[in-house]
Amino acid sequence: MEKTEDKNQQQEEEQVVNPWEVSAKDGGKIDYDKLIDKFGCQRLDQSFVDRVQRLTSRPPHVFLRRGVFFAHRDFNDILDAYERGDKFYLYTGRGPSSEALHLGHLIPFMFTKYLQDAFKVPLVIQLTDDEKCMWKNLSVEESQRLARENAKDIIACGFDISKTFIFSDFDYVGGAFYKNMVKVAKCVTYNKVVGIFGFTGEDHIGKVSFPPVQAVPSFPSSFPHLFSGKDDLRCLIPCAIDQDPYFRMTRDVAPRIGYHKPALIESLFFPALQGENGKMSASDPNSAIYVTDSAKDIKYKVNKHAFTGGQDSIEKHRQYGANLEVDIPIKYLNFFLEDDAELEHIKKEYGAGRMLTGEVKKRLAEVLTELVERHRRARAAVTEEMVDAFMAVRPLPNMFD
Amino acid sequence: MGYSKDQLLARLKELQIEFSQYEHPVVLTVEAQAKYVGNMGGVLSKNLFLKDKKHRYYVVSALADTKVDLKVLSQRLGLGKSGLRMAPEEALSEILQVPLGCVTPFAVVNESARHVSLLLDQGFKTQKCCIFHPLSNDMSIFLNAQGLDKFLKSVGRNPSYIDLEANPPVGKDQPPDLAALVPSDSPVLSDLPEKAPSSQDCTGKSVGAAINSAAVTAKAVKPSGNAQNVKEKPVDSVRPSIPAADAGKFVEELLDRASALLLSEISEDSIKQHGGQLGDEVANNIKKCLREDLKNLATIFKNTAYTEGFYAGTRYQPKRL
Repeated sequence: MEKTEDKNQQQEEEQVVNPWEVSAKDGGKIDYDKLIDKFGCQRLDQSFVDRVQRLTSRPPHVFLRRGVFFAHRDFNDILDAYERGDKFYLYTGRGPSSEALHLGHLIPFMFTKYLQDAFKVPLVIQLTDDEKCMWKNLSVEESQRLARENAKDIIACGFDISKTFIFSDFDYVGGAFYKNMVKVAKCVTYNKVVGIFGFTGEDHIGKVSFPPVQAVPSFPSSFPHLFSGKDDLRCLIPCAIDQDPYFRMTRDVAPRIGYHKPALIESLFFPALQGENGKMSASDPNSAIYVTDSAKDIKYKVNKHAFTGGQDSIEKHRQYGANLEVDIPIKYLNFFLEDDAELEHIKKEYGAGRMLTGEVKKRLAEVLTELVERHRRARAAVTEEMVDAFMAVRPLPNMFD
Repeated sequence: MGYSKDQLLARLKELQIEFSQYEHPVVLTVEAQAKYVGNMGGVLSKNLFLKDKKHRYYVVSALADTKVDLKVLSQRLGLGKSGLRMAPEEALSEILQVPLGCVTPFAVVNESARHVSLLLDQGFKTQKCCIFHPLSNDMSIFLNAQGLDKFLKSVGRNPSYIDLEANPPVGKDQPPDLAALVPSDSPVLSDLPEKAPSSQDCTGKSVGAAINSAAVTAKAVKPSGNAQNVKEKPVDSVRPSIPAADAGKFVEELLDRASALLLSEISEDSIKQHGGQLGDEVANNIKKCLREDLKNLATIFKNTAYTEGFYAGTRYQPKRL
């Protein structure tokens, strides 16, 4: 999806958040409170985290404890239904535009895996190869190839094959899925999509007709081989908050065609190594940690490119402490360091100036290396046959077990 | 058991692919083949069975007149200047399951050739009629590129046509243009960290070291019965070095990690610190530290076992009534 001028805001004065552009006001930080207000979604407060812990009888995921997943729509309905014994299914996806995945890409998948394990529910994963073919002008074959390659990294996140269906649009669109696409399409006027997605007269018709493709996995009838007879099944979509405008359209349409609105649980943006104001871009390998990076690469990137809040000199640092607001290693540890007590300790010592930046970076490099190593080993176990099995249109008889 | 010529012909007919066939005495070269079928209106193909340094195989099928430069091809695949050579005779019978002189794109119908990359001359596309061996040198079949494509798609192959005579520059800023056609085996785990990182939440660097050595010394196992695997050395650097759907190896890996952690937890200090309660303390720590790791290993094991079953299920032959 292309960057485009947001017709509803003046970019110089306000922050811009939509599926193609994320930028803060005056090059500062994203104001998430304002975002929640503007989008009209809800904050995920501690009571939710506690409730999830109670319902799933296990410690809540680090992303919940640290407020990485911080906003939602109708998550309480999902939990109410779950408590009554009504299950739900998960839906998430990836636009396979590049072979190289970085840690930011993995976040929704890591969280979705936790949700699958904790609630014991099935999951559908959509690979929008058609979208990338259209927006990034890739050939059909190349986008399909990338979809398969990305599927391997996704599988390596540890999804249970007996409860997970991965599909690519080029393979799966048709049948019941397409029928739902038409139902959705009939409910959204051209003017509406232009308003949401900013299409112009120059954009080709492929783009204009794409949005329903990403909407209908929210409806169980799109997957007759999985959910036949379960039209009442609810859907929960973990995603980053920039996708919200997109699912607002879906939630608007759902009741008009007789389906439940999908619920959402949304995450913060993952900052680039160079800081909140930097952009993670595929053309700058130093802006992110990739799942193919070696321990050496990770150490180098963290040491040389991570933006820190430490002071210029040791004396100043001991006196004033570090600026935790902008420090990237602390932010990354917030995402990936499991131990709450250790993180608190580091923040306290570093903020007071007793711990130096080098130490924090060293710890971060250790944590990231372990993560990336674990991912690589899991990735090595993914064969072409396993991808075929995950992507086969087959029943999942044990999907709620 | 390799596909036979008759099975192939039957399959082509089933798929309603237009072709014609011509029997002749066994031929081992294109020249010999030309004597019998050279004047029948089709275009002869020459077929090469190649191998690279990492034991990956390729079938290059081209119009007889197309010039194929192995050095250029090797560079375009990203294998360096002399990465490609002719595959040995044994590979022909084991992997392609065809006799000498009978390399043909149709050989990919065999399971043993599953990971062989197929490179097709784009020149085929404009010919009305191309000539190949149907898994046996005593016959030639004539069909067009569309027919070949239909067959290849029916066995789950995506036909890749390339300009075999092209010689694009390959360098830092120009990646090898055919790199995508190199068989994608599981990546080599050659860059395990030199210093094992310590696990989060757990004391002792020995845990990391144990995990590292377990990964390196565990024998390589690939689940599905791949003929390529049978001939390769036991510790194959191309295969993943983690336990796959082998229950024994899986359990060994779990026990290795648990005992490494156990050993690291018991030291003079910890004995002094916890005394009689050391047992409880260690047991709790082990559970806390290993729970997620072991669950992940178990999920990989489950997924691999399921995949083996699925693969077998899609190829099973229903009972004859």
